[in-house]
Amino acid sequence: MITQALITQAVAIAEKRAKRPGASVYSGRAITMIERSLYAAKSSNWLIIISGFVEPVLYLMAFGFGIGQLIGDIQDGSGNPVSYAAYIAPALLATSAMNGALYDATWNVFFKMHFSKVYQVMLSSSLGPMDVALGEISWALIRGATYSVGFMAIAWPLGLVTSAWGLLAIPAATLIAFGFASIGMAITSYMKNFQQMNWVNFFLLPMFLFSGTFFPVSVYPEWIQVIVKALPLCQGVDLVRSLMLGIIDISVLGHIAYFVVMIVLGLSFTTVRLKALFMR
Amino acid sequence: MSKSVEREAVIRARSLTKKYKDFVAVDGIDFDVYRGESFGLLGPNGAGKSTTMKMITSVSQRTSGELTILGKEPNNQGPEIRAHLGVVPQKDMLDRELKVWENLVTYGRYFGLPRKWLKTKVEELLEFAQLTEKRNEKADDLSGGMQRRLAIARGLINEPEILLLDEPTTGLDPQARHILWDRLFRLKEQGVTLVLTTHYMDEAEQLCDRIIVMDKGKIMAEGSPAELIRKYSSKEVVELRFGTDKNEGVAKQLEGKSERIELLPDRILLYTDKGEALLTSILDSGLHPVTSLVRRSSLEDVFLRLTGRTLVD
Ligand SMILES: Nc1ncnc2c1ncn2[C@@H]1O[C@H](COP(=O)(O)OP(=O)(O)OP(=O)(O)O)[C@@H](O)[C@H]1O
Ligand SMILES: [Mg+2]
Repeated sequence: MITQALITQAVAIAEKRAKRPGASVYSGRAITMIERSLYAAKSSNWLIIISGFVEPVLYLMAFGFGIGQLIGDIQDGSGNPVSYAAYIAPALLATSAMNGALYDATWNVFFKMHFSKVYQVMLSSSLGPMDVALGEISWALIRGATYSVGFMAIAWPLGLVTSAWGLLAIPAATLIAFGFASIGMAITSYMKNFQQMNWVNFFLLPMFLFSGTFFPVSVYPEWIQVIVKALPLCQGVDLVRSLMLGIIDISVLGHIAYFVVMIVLGLSFTTVRLKALFMR
Repeated sequence: MSKSVEREAVIRARSLTKKYKDFVAVDGIDFDVYRGESFGLLGPNGAGKSTTMKMITSVSQRTSGELTILGKEPNNQGPEIRAHLGVVPQKDMLDRELKVWENLVTYGRYFGLPRKWLKTKVEELLEFAQLTEKRNEKADDLSGGMQRRLAIARGLINEPEILLLDEPTTGLDPQARHILWDRLFRLKEQGVTLVLTTHYMDEAEQLCDRIIVMDKGKIMAEGSPAELIRKYSSKEVVELRFGTDKNEGVAKQLEGKSERIELLPDRILLYTDKGEALLTSILDSGLHPVTSLVRRSSLEDVFLRLTGRTLVD
């Protein structure tokens, strides 16, 4: 008995999709990963999600308006006076974007890689490793962008955005979230246990406190300034601050380029790493 | 059954080898799987069954040798190959954060199948897996057997031509196993090629047209269950238990009574074509086993013969 080759409609569709060039790395279906995340999000812990958003807002209240009272106006980058709250608001917006992006791209990704095995399953469908990487990173960046929109909705009515350029702070924050999500997932993919994951947190707190968030980096000695300015959060803070205070110069492009490089590197390393971990 | 010479090999492996560093997990195996058949990989823990399955799924790259699936090369046509395959991994690997129906929809979406098409397909598969009532439960909250059925339903979402099942019934109760066997029979009737691994010889005898017996990465034997039993074992087996410390001594006395004799830690196996007659003569000779049993030869005996070990240890 010879059974006729029966190619069903479904296989035909799936195969056609899989035939794109480069499909073994990227099939162009990262969006299906976001659909999956939407289903999963329904049951996620809303308290944690909301606390990630509230944190920068609390800093704004406590430091911006509390301590800001004691400090009075300070000078922005080009020497104009600006309220302390308006000075730190952009930094906190950038931090919201970072926190939101890292929330998914680090701990959630770590859990999925080591415990829930969902990536193995995805890679045994016709998704490629880059679909998985891009899908997860995009989901993380959506959260980062959402946090920053939320933060903006509070900062704007309080008069903390002094320039029309400030509208661009949202796309900028999205770019920052994208960068952190990419690098965060790439680094997480190399982490083997919880201790190593905790080092990431250990690094984040000082970066948050000292990246020109609450005071200008010019207070540091020259050589420390060089190091701090190379940190991604400092780049993000500078970018958003330039836009919200309307101090636009060539350095804005430099910051953008920094994040583009961060995205490309993070995405590439994550893809390579997913392949090495789950497709050997 | 007369077999056509023109049978189409959907999977073809030659000297297929997989090494993890220096360790050889699959050691130069050759086999063909033909369209529409049900093909079994049988072997003990660590034999290399799952590794072979993963190479077929092209999520694991072979170290050397040839492998084609539907004429395609897994090293660079992985997604295309997987578009034709249904995969049911050894560990279910369900998406535990998602509900039952969401597991099916998302997996279909990974293949690029349209939502509208999936809507009816999901209903059909829920029915097939008898999970319609559980559709809104979290995958995590299902019983083991239900999770297994969901994993199989998920593997069928893209209407695969070849379904790969890695130990489909391990951990299921007898009733759940029979339900699953029934589902697999139906798929086979629809022309789906089945490739499955198992530790259970009864499962292999029930489900497989042809099997290969693997041990330590190598193929020990190949054929239909009946062929293998005929070739490597006798018609019947007499099993005797005299107690752990006595078995060895008695086995020496029984030497020559049958074609072949196997001494296991807990029992003695005597291979013969006339079981009852042999047992009677042993009892008549004044030996008193604690328990005795005459049964048909099974794949377990084939395996024991080939490797000197039992399948489930
Ligand atoms: N990723 C890996 N890295 C290193 N060694 C591996 C890896 N995967 C499997 N092995 C080794 O390869 C051998 C074969 O494993 P495999 O999972 O294929 O066995 P199996 O026949 O499926 O066994 P079981 O019946 O227990 O599922 C084992 O010795 C295992 O330790
Ligand atoms: Mg296995």
